[in-house]
Amino acid sequence: MIHSLFLINHTGDIFLEKHWKSVISRSVCDYFFEAKEKAGDPENVPPVLQTPHHYLITIYRGKLFLLSVIQTEVPPLFVIEFLHRVADTFQDYFGECSEGVIKDNVVTVYELLEEMLDNGFPLATESNVLKEMIKPPNILRSVVNTLTGSSNVGDTLPTGQLSNIPWRRAGVKYTNNEAYFDVIEEIDAILDKSGTTVFAEIQGVIEACVRLTGMPDLTLSFMNPRLLDDVSFHPCVRFKRWEAERVLSFIPPDGNFTLMTYHVSSQNLVAIPVYVKQSISFFESGSCGRLDITLGPKQTMGKMVEGLTVTIHMPKTVLSANLTATQGNYTYDLATKVLVWDIGKLNPQKLPNLKGSLSVQAGAPKPEENPSLNIGLKIQQLAISGLKVSRLDMYGEKYKPFKGVKYVTKAGKFQVRT
Amino acid sequence: MSASSAFNDEKGGSSSVAEPEYGHDPASGGIFSSDYKRHDDLKEMLDSNKDSLKLEAMKRIVAMIARGKNASDLFPAVVKNVACKNIEVKKLVYVYLVRYAEEQQDLALLSISTFQRGLKDPNQLIRASALRVLSSIRVTIIVPIMMLAIKEAASDMSPYVRKTAAHAIPKLYSLDPEQKDQLIEVIEKLLADKTTLVAGSVVMAFEEVCPERIDLIHKNYRKLCNLLIDVEEWGQVVIINMLTRYARTQFLNPNMNESLLEEGNSGEKTFYGSDEDEDEDEEEKEKKAEAAAMAKRKPYVMDPDHRLLLRNTKPLLQSRNAAVVMAVAQLYFHLAPKAEVGVIAKALVRLLRSHSEVQYVVLQNVATMTIKRRGMFEPYLKSFYIRSTDPTQIKILKLEVLTNLANETNISTILREFQTYIKSMDKDFVAATIQAIGRCATNIGEVRDTCLNGLVQLLSNRDELVVAESVVVIKKLLQMQPEKHSDIIKHMAKLTDNIQVPMARASILWLIGEYCEHVPKIAPDVLRKMAKSFTNEEDIVKLQIINLAAKLYLTNSKQTKLLTQYVLNLAKYDQNYDIRDRARFIRQLIVPTEKSGALSKYAKKLFLALKPAPVLESPFKDRDHFQLGSLSHLLNAKAGGYQELPDWPEAAPDPSVRNVEVKESVPEWTKCSSREKRKEKKVEKPFYSDSEGESGPTESADSESDSASGSESGSGSEESGSGSESEESEEGSESEEEEEDEEEKDKKKKKKELKKPVQETESEQSSEEEERKHERKHERKAKPRKSDSESESEEEEEDSESESSQSESEESESETEIKKKKKAAESKPPSKPDKKENKKEKTEMSLLDLDDFEPAPSPQVTPVNTFLSNSLVTDLEGLSLSDTVLSPATISPSSALKNYELLHRITGEGLSVEYCFSRQPFSPDANMVAVQMHFTNNATSDTKNLHMEDVKLQSGMRVKEFPEIELLPAGETTTAVMGIDFCDSTQAANFQLCTHTRKFFVSIQPPVGELMRPFFMTENEFRKEQGQLMGMNEITEKLTLDAKCRNEHAIVQRVTTAANLSRVPCGSDKECRFAGRTVTSSSLVLVTVATKEEGAAQLTVNCEKMVIGTMLVKDILLALTQ
Repeated sequence: MIHSLFLINHTGDIFLEKHWKSVISRSVCDYFFEAKEKAGDPENVPPVLQTPHHYLITIYRGKLFLLSVIQTEVPPLFVIEFLHRVADTFQDYFGECSEGVIKDNVVTVYELLEEMLDNGFPLATESNVLKEMIKPPNILRSVVNTLTGSSNVGDTLPTGQLSNIPWRRAGVKYTNNEAYFDVIEEIDAILDKSGTTVFAEIQGVIEACVRLTGMPDLTLSFMNPRLLDDVSFHPCVRFKRWEAERVLSFIPPDGNFTLMTYHVSSQNLVAIPVYVKQSISFFESGSCGRLDITLGPKQTMGKMVEGLTVTIHMPKTVLSANLTATQGNYTYDLATKVLVWDIGKLNPQKLPNLKGSLSVQAGAPKPEENPSLNIGLKIQQLAISGLKVSRLDMYGEKYKPFKGVKYVTKAGKFQVRT
Repeated sequence: MSASSAFNDEKGGSSSVAEPEYGHDPASGGIFSSDYKRHDDLKEMLDSNKDSLKLEAMKRIVAMIARGKNASDLFPAVVKNVACKNIEVKKLVYVYLVRYAEEQQDLALLSISTFQRGLKDPNQLIRASALRVLSSIRVTIIVPIMMLAIKEAASDMSPYVRKTAAHAIPKLYSLDPEQKDQLIEVIEKLLADKTTLVAGSVVMAFEEVCPERIDLIHKNYRKLCNLLIDVEEWGQVVIINMLTRYARTQFLNPNMNESLLEEGNSGEKTFYGSDEDEDEDEEEKEKKAEAAAMAKRKPYVMDPDHRLLLRNTKPLLQSRNAAVVMAVAQLYFHLAPKAEVGVIAKALVRLLRSHSEVQYVVLQNVATMTIKRRGMFEPYLKSFYIRSTDPTQIKILKLEVLTNLANETNISTILREFQTYIKSMDKDFVAATIQAIGRCATNIGEVRDTCLNGLVQLLSNRDELVVAESVVVIKKLLQMQPEKHSDIIKHMAKLTDNIQVPMARASILWLIGEYCEHVPKIAPDVLRKMAKSFTNEEDIVKLQIINLAAKLYLTNSKQTKLLTQYVLNLAKYDQNYDIRDRARFIRQLIVPTEKSGALSKYAKKLFLALKPAPVLESPFKDRDHFQLGSLSHLLNAKAGGYQELPDWPEAAPDPSVRNVEVKESVPEWTKCSSREKRKEKKVEKPFYSDSEGESGPTESADSESDSASGSESGSGSEESGSGSESEESEEGSESEEEEEDEEEKDKKKKKKELKKPVQETESEQSSEEEERKHERKHERKAKPRKSDSESESEEEEEDSESESSQSESEESESETEIKKKKKAAESKPPSKPDKKENKKEKTEMSLLDLDDFEPAPSPQVTPVNTFLSNSLVTDLEGLSLSDTVLSPATISPSSALKNYELLHRITGEGLSVEYCFSRQPFSPDANMVAVQMHFTNNATSDTKNLHMEDVKLQSGMRVKEFPEIELLPAGETTTAVMGIDFCDSTQAANFQLCTHTRKFFVSIQPPVGELMRPFFMTENEFRKEQGQLMGMNEITEKLTLDAKCRNEHAIVQRVTTAANLSRVPCGSDKECRFAGRTVTSSSLVLVTVATKEEGAAQLTVNCEKMVIGTMLVKDILLALTQ
């Protein structure tokens, strides 16, 4: 399956290579560099490339390319999903997935890669199992290690791999037993010029942070599970139970994990929390344009809209922006041509407004299209779909855990066409 | 490159905390000298005694490897440390070894003995890791050692080691393909493995080594389907892909009828999934027509195994792993009936929220699917709307999907969307949008004019690329109806002044040439202009200029003769040989000379023939002959190692190949029962399975070894076994009395086998509900002892079993009739009277047998046994003796007394044992339940000294063994009675059944209804007792009676079949009352069935023992409602 892996930074340096079968020369990456050159934007590099003898499957994460070399037929998603899992593991271990940390922890990275694949076939990908085998670095341990000469490879052999609950490590102990669940909903929407909704839907995810002793068996139930249209679960969730009773029954992994993602049925109308009044215009002559944006609350369910931002990808010909904001501040990045207006809290009494002129490259034709606005926002203590967790029960253990549920609504891919 | 990478090394190294050595190694020394020096001190460190120094050195070496630097000269120093005690050093040495062993084969051999020792380690993880490294060292010399190690590991008792063995198989295969045959043997063995841990890995090995040996899958098919949900996600992907291929060879096309119908209506190629060539010959077509006719005659019935696969993969659509979702989606796309494919759409749309690479792959597959099954994604149309922030490649794929989804109803919304896209800043995307509009226009006639107008407006766009693309698309559209649009052509002729994109210029010129008759005035003028700029044009434009000249010369030679000559002369000296060739060719063709051949007469026909309008096709058309989700599909080219998705077979191969007789591997498992193994096994009990009957086979690995082979087949095979028994026996006697010919019987058997899994799973599902309640409890218990956990699971199994058993046994005569009809739809049902007789015979036979061992039975109040008539006994005595050829099931006692299988004749190597609860008091001990056992010796040799041994019981339970049977001659049958005191619980009694040669683990589990005996009381007593058993002791359930069970007689019969109770006289005809006492504790059990209007009824059970009461309610409820 996966033959080799190369880690490449955005400037095109190969800074790590790992082979699971015989060694493949790194010159194979030249085909990728060629494609990268052609695509320009790293996002536009085709994830699957064909070379005379190999296939290259690449993902782009955190300014890094993870490039895997394949020799025979394999489902491309299999490889892509695995590479993302590798990147997730790095993130989990080192806090971020970047060139710097990987270089700093090259031995740990190598050990991880060694355990995750055997002869190119995934072996141990569960974070709980990996952590049993290879302990994540932390400052205290590295100090102790240097003093005592001990290592960050687990002394005990991992048993998690052998269990039928591979996602949970054995012998978990905590003095404070707690289980937190974050219900995070994102509004994906496209609004057209006049403010009418072209398309809107709600995507939700339940992130869990569970630190419970022993082998707890949790049951999470909702007040209104019928809202959920399409769901996907962490492997720990018993699917049959969900099918029959619409409750989530699971033995959780230890630590942070994504319990489920869901999609709220599109039949329900999606409440759009803010409205945008905008006018962006470029003039045929005089090489300038005008911009005027006002935001206001629409359906906020009586909650405060926070973290409001507006991001605009300006046409390439826009040189600079001379604007005044009644609230928050704006930045215009000349290199990427991105205008970001960071508003903060939305005050319903005094609506935020951004107004001013744009200067356009002299002589360049008037931009064909007005740039669309991407809105970012956050509403605490509200799940916009109305989803509510009714209760969390624990079985299998004696103690009383501390439980908490938090709701957040965010803007996902929220776009206003102009 | 190497220099720059070396530089990076230095940089990375100096910033790295793990490598302080770079700090005191000045870079001024130059790369080579520093390398040399570094390696020297590394060697020193490796040779030292301190683990910490070794570790440091190894870390640095691994860092070098990671950067792609050569560290091979350290091999001797590193390999010495392979036996190091420190785990981390060891691990890093392994990493090094695997990397460089191939280059240093001789030295690598030094390490082999360490691994060989590791293979014998008592710790399974060490065994596994030794095998892993040993198999990863690509040294040809050790192939025999590897082979040996793999074979040994494949029968290791730890599933983790077996998994590692499965991983090692493809490694060895790639090293030495000659070993294939031996490896296939190992694969075959591992495929039979029942643990989820192994399943994924071995299927992977199968796919890499011998994907063509589909026959190896037959026996494991059902197991794989059932295990699937518990397998780790990567394994799931591989198994699903393999099963897709398997199903394509084994089952019939579920869309057969439909697709043939479609084929008839629309000329489209719709023979689902078949990628027949265009040049398909008539013969084949005829064949297909034949098949169609056949299909029409015979309605399609899905193979239950096919259904099993679809059902068991469906939940995986909810997986968090995109690859699993895609795998299921492709399985449904390729295998499911059209009506069911829709379920995958939602899941695939969900994946569009994922990383852009995932989106890329999913959209490609969706694009292919939308061509075949547009309706499926139509509800999700808006999910494919494009955002300005999407990467271009995603935008283009979404566009493709939107175009495929366009139809008359949604075209207006789609076009409105497209209009906003056209204004995008991303010009590649705009070009693609214009193409998409063109395709919509060609596909949907209604909007053609609208689209054309829109595109013409685009011709005035400022961006040249947009204009050019529009021109190309307009050209294609105009070709469909040129006469209407001469003004557009005129407009385009004007564009030649401005537009510079060669493709667009060429398109315009072609249009003018082609339709020069519509624009007779403009065309020569255009040629004039072109002739002027000829030398500066691109090749593609030049060719079109020549074309235009030729066409004009033919239609309007007066005006254009000179121009044409001029152009041709220019072309004659062009740099490009294509153009020179073309010029020469055209000159010969159109300019009449004395030498000109016959062809020039036809020049006009050649050039100005009516050309068919181009069909704007999706690039994804016909891609679905590749298995979706595969690399080959993505690239639209066959990748190495791609396994073709086979066509559906015309006729289904024999489905019975998938039938698994009770596991043959049982003896092997029973052999090793060391303590360690048990411990290891316990862990592997699958997570989900305790809630599901399906996982019966999974669990079996545990129970087989230490409890009993009987319980192992508990939820699965036993049920089905008993389900079919009665049938089988009927059949048997039918054949005897009606003398049905053998063939028909065979046919029926096959039918039955087909049917079996369905029954199985149905009962599984029904029992699942109840089991779920237990499930939590079971999981919570920490399972302190093995036996404990085991009995729990057995209890569950028993639960489901008893339900099904009742549903089987309760059936009245008429019902069996119907059931039979259902099962053997075609075969002629036997006449009713015959069957009745059969039933009676059997009952009496059993009673007769019982008489041999027991004192005369005490008179029974149970109505079930009242139809006993001794007159027939004698008639049948001889019969039962003579029909030794018949299967053991024929000797089953009655429909009322349910027979259970204790030992299958295959497991028992010829000896088969069945048991039933005879409901007779057990005379030696009144607190025991009598269990009547029928031994049949199907083997060719005699069985001696049949007795039981090693009885394992729950505390409090007792067993009175049956007297030893000294001799059971081959082909003979005998009966024995034993007594078991179950302590009023449904725990199983486990024991060994011993013959003179063998021992078999068996277990007997009682349904709750057998734990009581009838108790006679009057109506008043009943009321009184009932009054005392209120509150917690009373359980009431409402139910709707089965249609066939609305009269009193039927109710009485069903209840008494379900439980060993006696009827209590009752004044009201709306109520039936029953009473009994539990066998051990003599607790009262009172049952009341009160009937109401329209089959509604209420069941009340009063029992001191609440557990028994609850279980009894369940059982009776089932008996009455089915």
